[in-house]
Amino acid sequence: MTESPTHTKQVVNDFSMVVATANGSGSLTSNLALIRALFRMGIPVSGKNLFPSNIQGLPTWYTIRASSDGHTARRDSVEILVAMNASTFAEDHAGLSAGGACFYADNLPKPRARDDIIYYPMPIRDLVKEVNPPRNLKDYVANMGYVGIVSEMLGIDLEAIRGALLTHFHGREKPVELNMGMITLAAEWARDNLEKQDPYRVQAENKTEGKILIQGNTAGALGAIYGGVSFASWYPITPASSFADALREYLPQLRKDNGKNAFAVIQTEDELAAVGMAIGAGWVGARSMTSTSGPGISLMAEYVGLAFIVEIPLVIWDVQRMGPSTGLPTRTSQGDVMFVRYLGHGDTKNVILLPGSVAECFEFGWRAFDIAERLQTPVFVLSDLDLGMNLWMSDPFDYPDEPMDRGKVLTAEQLEEIGEYARYRDVDGDGITYRTLPGNEHPLAPWFARGTGHDDQAFYSERPDDWERNMERLMRKVDSARELVPAPIQHGSGKARVGLIYYGSTESAVQEARARLSEGLEIDTLRLRAVPFSAEVKQFIDDHEVVYVLEMNTDGQMHKLLQLEVPEQATRLRSLTQNNGLPLTARWIEQSVADQAGG
Amino acid sequence: MATAVKTRKTKANKVGLAKANYKGRPSTLCAGCGHNSISSQIVNAAYELSLSPHQIIKLSGIGCSSKSPAYFLGRSHGFNSLHGRMPSLATGALVANRSLKAIGVSGDGDTASIGMGQFVHLVRRNVPMVYIIENNGVYGLTKGQFSATSDHEQTLKYAGTNPFMPIDLCMEALIANSGFVARSFAGDPKQVRELIKAALSFEGTAVLDIISPCVTFNDRDESTKSYSWGREHEDPLHDVTYVPRYEEIEVDYEAGETTEVRLHDGSALVLKKLDEEYDPTDRSAAIQILEQARANQVLATGLIYFNADLASLQDSEQMIERPLSELTVDELRPSQESLQEVLEGFK
Repeated sequence: MTESPTHTKQVVNDFSMVVATANGSGSLTSNLALIRALFRMGIPVSGKNLFPSNIQGLPTWYTIRASSDGHTARRDSVEILVAMNASTFAEDHAGLSAGGACFYADNLPKPRARDDIIYYPMPIRDLVKEVNPPRNLKDYVANMGYVGIVSEMLGIDLEAIRGALLTHFHGREKPVELNMGMITLAAEWARDNLEKQDPYRVQAENKTEGKILIQGNTAGALGAIYGGVSFASWYPITPASSFADALREYLPQLRKDNGKNAFAVIQTEDELAAVGMAIGAGWVGARSMTSTSGPGISLMAEYVGLAFIVEIPLVIWDVQRMGPSTGLPTRTSQGDVMFVRYLGHGDTKNVILLPGSVAECFEFGWRAFDIAERLQTPVFVLSDLDLGMNLWMSDPFDYPDEPMDRGKVLTAEQLEEIGEYARYRDVDGDGITYRTLPGNEHPLAPWFARGTGHDDQAFYSERPDDWERNMERLMRKVDSARELVPAPIQHGSGKARVGLIYYGSTESAVQEARARLSEGLEIDTLRLRAVPFSAEVKQFIDDHEVVYVLEMNTDGQMHKLLQLEVPEQATRLRSLTQNNGLPLTARWIEQSVADQAGG
Repeated sequence: MATAVKTRKTKANKVGLAKANYKGRPSTLCAGCGHNSISSQIVNAAYELSLSPHQIIKLSGIGCSSKSPAYFLGRSHGFNSLHGRMPSLATGALVANRSLKAIGVSGDGDTASIGMGQFVHLVRRNVPMVYIIENNGVYGLTKGQFSATSDHEQTLKYAGTNPFMPIDLCMEALIANSGFVARSFAGDPKQVRELIKAALSFEGTAVLDIISPCVTFNDRDESTKSYSWGREHEDPLHDVTYVPRYEEIEVDYEAGETTEVRLHDGSALVLKKLDEEYDPTDRSAAIQILEQARANQVLATGLIYFNADLASLQDSEQMIERPLSELTVDELRPSQESLQEVLEGFK
């Protein structure tokens, strides 16, 4: 490196900072304090936790991106490193961008020094000794050391840090004071002993006014609550557990009735039971859901097929992680698309919603129930680890702007008026038949739910014409979902030669890439928000000479699904994938599209 | 409201229904199948208890036994679910609407093999329902394979000789802390009926393991699941009589001859002593009686264990009495102000 790092100009509110620690050392509190403080200083941020499948000891990295331009995707360069983990120091240090700042605990064995980065040693051990915290809190307090030093060197407001800690500890002063003691001491030490030589600084802005910082799982659970979920069953699994945690945190606040629960959240013995319970609750008329990840989806296949053929509404929230099999439990992927679309043996087709932001996790959280009850079928929401477990900045969520749709359910009074009833008779010609719920006292109401062949009165039937008629109706019904589900979102003039189709959590990276690409290649984009595909998707493919389908799985699953379901233009579709467990970056997208489309 | 079908044979019960109103579709099981006899006793029990059919749901898994809910209570909603997975479906349905009474019918394959996990967890959570196992020690629909309750060293025509010990489902229920464990025999219809009535009045998982012979694949005299073996070896622990809440116990028993267990709705099951004293509230005695029955090769029937003090799942979850399925749109969706308040916490 030729240029001396000390003479570069200041870079304000635009960097990625990686904090490298050991799992289970309590560093998350410190990292959340930093990110929330930046957020409260009005600086757009995002936080990504790259963690191991482990309880204690393995390396973990927390990335905080500050971006004055509001970009929230993963950035593939690191400008600031906070090294607290000896085992990864050498590698982390090698990955730091030229001109970057390396904060490191001074007891770590230091790798061979680079001359293109700035080093800031941190006497964490000495500072801990001085604060002398209770033994069980030592690790936590030690991690507050880097909060103080980094804050001082970057210009993060300690009052903002204190506010962030107060939020974290739910307003309890005692832990805040203990941690602030360490932070203040460390900041003072830095002021007296370190000389600022790197260019990265933060400065208060006003770009987060009114915004919130939230994880997709929390957002989805809140959406489900505002969608009226009253029954949820789940089995612990990374990265979906925090979805159920959020239900269990907020339902008691929002849905108590005279001190009793007007809801139930049941932790089950496995995912077979989780989906079975949700279907039982959906059958009797509750707004019912389960949350899981890929391995759970595998176990749910059997029951999903039953819900499809019996026509029971329920919502299945899938926070995707890397598969197949156990795969990478703590890394993100979009690998469940094809499996979920056709989950179930025989002819099954499932409706899928694809949220691309935390705001959409909230929105699809409530909307999914309306669609499920309207269609009387399982509705899947495919989130992923990146969207679900990482912190995203967002405008506050909009309260549901549509009345709740409970679908076609006949009451005893209605049955009395009509005078006849057949569970699976297509009275309206839209493939959607009328349900009655258990407990309905009218003698016409009961029907026998079964996964076996049935006629329109739900009686057992092996007649070929009954089977064909029913399946034809079911396919018509689920295909009609394309009119109900959220429409895709398009950007661009619509006249570009090249189109890009994408979905889900890649939204943030595509937004950023779009800004970069706009300077060179003209490109139109379409973000899918649901399967089945609406007419606009076909139109978009028709309108472009080449259409790239961007996704995070190895086999190009959405690409294949589009080829299958929009076969007329199958040859225009090209697959563009990266699937290594890390969220996509704008730079990768920009380069890949430019390489392929430009060449 | 439901109106009674007029028949000459039975008169209307307390909810104005005739016995015919509790019947289902014609059975497609083999003539003489024990399951049909059990279906009849479910009809009798529900009729005699004057239950409203719309307040009952009937559930099953997969197999011969699990077809039977179509053959009783035609005026009740039913769900023929998946092999071994009925307990989870029942749990969800009963949590979402706790005013429903559930009758689950399973078989030895459905419960003791593929469904053992869900069965044990149903019992562990104490989901209020009647869980009947129509136990014939053989897979019928798939033509005569051994089940997990088949006799040790039994020989069947196609399956050969069974090298494994049978699973005792009453023992499993006991170990999983069921508060109502009973065993009966399809050839003893009166006992079956009285036990079903008691089970329907119990607010917890009531497990009834009913030996129900398969006339096609497992009814040879030496099989412990055959009619003839059952008739020769049945050894009731007591004579059981169900006494509804609204009737005084009228039958005169000699002092010391009977004990009774009180069910949650105020009704009682009167247990008349036969040869020896048996106390169904003693859990170790219950385990012992099952061990003895196995050692002595007898079919010990009756109420094996009873404990009315366990909390139901809905109570453990501190749920409201009203069915969740009846919550109105306004009750389901919290207010706009509450959303703003919640979101403040993320700023």
